[in-house]
Amino acid sequence: MMQHLPILQVILPLLAAPLAALASRRHLAWHLTLVATAGAFAISLVLLATILRTGTPIIYDLGGWPAPIGIVYVIDSASAFVLPVVSGIGFVATLAARHLVIAEIDARDHPLFFAAWLLTLAGMLGQVTTGDAFNIFVFLEISSLSGYALVAMGAGRDRRALPAAFNYLILGTVGATFYVIGLGLLYMLTGTLNLADLSVRLAEIENLRPAYVALAFIALGLFLKMALFPLHLWLAPAYSHAPSAVTALMAATATKVSVYVLIRILFGVFGFEFPYMTQAVGGLLLTLGLLGAFVGTFAAIVETDLKRLFAQSSIAQLGYMAIGLGIMTSAGIAASFIHLFNHALMKGALFLALGVIAAQTTHLSLHTIKGAGRQIPITMTAILLGGLARIGVPLTAGFISKLYLIRALIDSGLWAVAALTFVSSALALVYVWKIVEHAWLTERPENAPVLTETPGQWAPAWILVLATIGFGIYAGPLVEAAFGAAQVFGPDIIQATQTIEGLQIIEGLEGQE
Amino acid sequence: MQDDPVIRVVAKVLIPAIMLFALYVQFHGDYGPGGGFQAGVIFAAALVLNAVVFGLHRARQVWPMRYNLMGVSAGVVLYGGTGVWSMLAGANYLDYFALKADPKAAQHLGILLVEFGVGLTVASVMVALFFAFAGRLTHIRLVAKTAAHEATDSGTSRPGDAA
Amino acid sequence: MSEIAAHWNYYLVIILMMLGFYAVIARGNMVKKMVGLNIFQTSVFMLYISVGKIDGGTAPILTGDPASVYSNPLPHVLILTAIVVGVATTAVGYALIIRIYEAYGTIEDDEVAVLIDSDQDARERADAEPAS
Repeated sequence: MMQHLPILQVILPLLAAPLAALASRRHLAWHLTLVATAGAFAISLVLLATILRTGTPIIYDLGGWPAPIGIVYVIDSASAFVLPVVSGIGFVATLAARHLVIAEIDARDHPLFFAAWLLTLAGMLGQVTTGDAFNIFVFLEISSLSGYALVAMGAGRDRRALPAAFNYLILGTVGATFYVIGLGLLYMLTGTLNLADLSVRLAEIENLRPAYVALAFIALGLFLKMALFPLHLWLAPAYSHAPSAVTALMAATATKVSVYVLIRILFGVFGFEFPYMTQAVGGLLLTLGLLGAFVGTFAAIVETDLKRLFAQSSIAQLGYMAIGLGIMTSAGIAASFIHLFNHALMKGALFLALGVIAAQTTHLSLHTIKGAGRQIPITMTAILLGGLARIGVPLTAGFISKLYLIRALIDSGLWAVAALTFVSSALALVYVWKIVEHAWLTERPENAPVLTETPGQWAPAWILVLATIGFGIYAGPLVEAAFGAAQVFGPDIIQATQTIEGLQIIEGLEGQE
Repeated sequence: MQDDPVIRVVAKVLIPAIMLFALYVQFHGDYGPGGGFQAGVIFAAALVLNAVVFGLHRARQVWPMRYNLMGVSAGVVLYGGTGVWSMLAGANYLDYFALKADPKAAQHLGILLVEFGVGLTVASVMVALFFAFAGRLTHIRLVAKTAAHEATDSGTSRPGDAA
Repeated sequence: MSEIAAHWNYYLVIILMMLGFYAVIARGNMVKKMVGLNIFQTSVFMLYISVGKIDGGTAPILTGDPASVYSNPLPHVLILTAIVVGVATTAVGYALIIRIYEAYGTIEDDEVAVLIDSDQDARERADAEPAS
């Protein structure tokens, strides 16, 4: 059975979805979902352990047809790094979904909710696992379509979820269609859809003009999907009006998977040496990433709606990932991978903790949490720690990713970008302080509803908070795995030394404690 | 439309023929053009015709809503289950050669099962979509009526009424 | 000129693509947006299908004649999948439009935007003076 793990990773949630849809007894759908996501998480951990031990990619031929004719699923250092992030967040979010979904979704819709939940997870895992470019599109649409439905299920509490889901659908479909156009051009040029085969054949082609157009279309489509500034406008409404559990799942995983696909296509297919890659694409990613970091942070500072506040900060975080890619070095990609991991943890923790409050109030804003720090201290502390990780305070995982991002920028001589990145992260302090001020330094108004918390409610958020702190203190394995993942896309010599230096810094930090 | 005898008789003659044709497209897909997607849509067209001619209520008696959910799920499980079967038989996922000793028969069986799963899902999805949209019609009319009432009652027009 | 004539399918696809994309961006009516989106997607389907065509090629069905030339079936298969995805997208889109109409009484983008703003204002007022 071991050799079947790459496919089981995807079909376990995929086949659990129709069963969950049929589940008639109360909570049966949730139990099925929990088992399926736990299984998927376990499989991804086994795959990661195998890859870390052997270092050789696992290639699985679907239907026994070898590449490039058949569709293959490829588990290498990069996909094995992302899989546990997606399935792990899926598992923890499912744990929290029990009480969040009971609070926010009509009981009759639970089976279909969990079916869509599993499908979106299967779609994301599929995008990471597959080695076929068209397969990525199909899984992208599986996860997106069920995602639109999940966002729209917030309509029971807030009708604004419907137009938000509709705009998300329009922009998401345009993005996916752009991706398919680019892919069509690549297929015309090379006659293959296998990612590895594409990169080999692309290198042999002399007239690259259609490939430039293809690159532009694919990059644009994926920028839309990953909500890179200025294509981010669908994100904030969709995340703020969706049910809390959905916000946690999607904010932590959906855009990250698109970042991964972008890395796959940009560096796995086109490669660093592709003409204009460094100047045009790299420059564009750096510029848009920086703009996104500032625009997202400023938008978060003026926001009072808490879900929307952290959705805006997601745009800033995606900007940092884009900056990492824009550096166009292995160290930059590794920084993006580290940030992808950390951001998934802290955004998951933040939105799950916010969900505890959202389930009890009609509206989640700075006013609703006035003085909440004393009423629900455990939940509010989780939100505070998530916010601190988001700024990049030492001893949280957020610090590690900022550290590697800024180091990668400085190593490439991009001092100005490094300084601006630092400034924009520091600005995040403003809105985190706003939360502290409202939650702890203000008295709770007399007539405000009493908030409660139970271990069952805050435990899932705290699992992720503890992971954030854990990886912030003991970051060695994470950094090593991320550099291993970046190595898939073009090993160079500088990077090997950097890994060691990076580890030394971490050890130095550990010594200081 | 329910009262027109010509349409009723023609529909009664056509519906079984369409269903039969769908099955032909489904199972002849191994030898010629056809397959689950096309067959599923054709089969659903028969049920949609039934609903259009005899009314949604009658169509739902013939094909209750819960059949749709069952059909969708069963189709996906049949497709995935075929893959799991070949895995249990010791080959890769969806490797039809493992299903039987004779390679030709194995391929035949594999594609037949998978395509049947596709057909089942597509047919159920199409019928479910039609039922879902058509079932909303009375609801929508009600919304439109209330909106019109509010506009005339209060004397204020909804935004865009002037346009 | 012959260059253009030889690639007429691309020009057709580009015109169709831009028509659909324009409708998605410029139309305020959500149904028209969906129509535009469908045209946009269909143009991509046609791009793939026209690329698979080979001059004098027949349908890719085995006839036993070794000299016969087939069209490339792979784009057809890909687009069959993409069409199904397109149908699903359209269905979800129209389902959302119906729900938006039921919730807001309109399917015009700008009118819904006005109502969304008023929803936001109502919630903020409710926050500022929490009712008992």
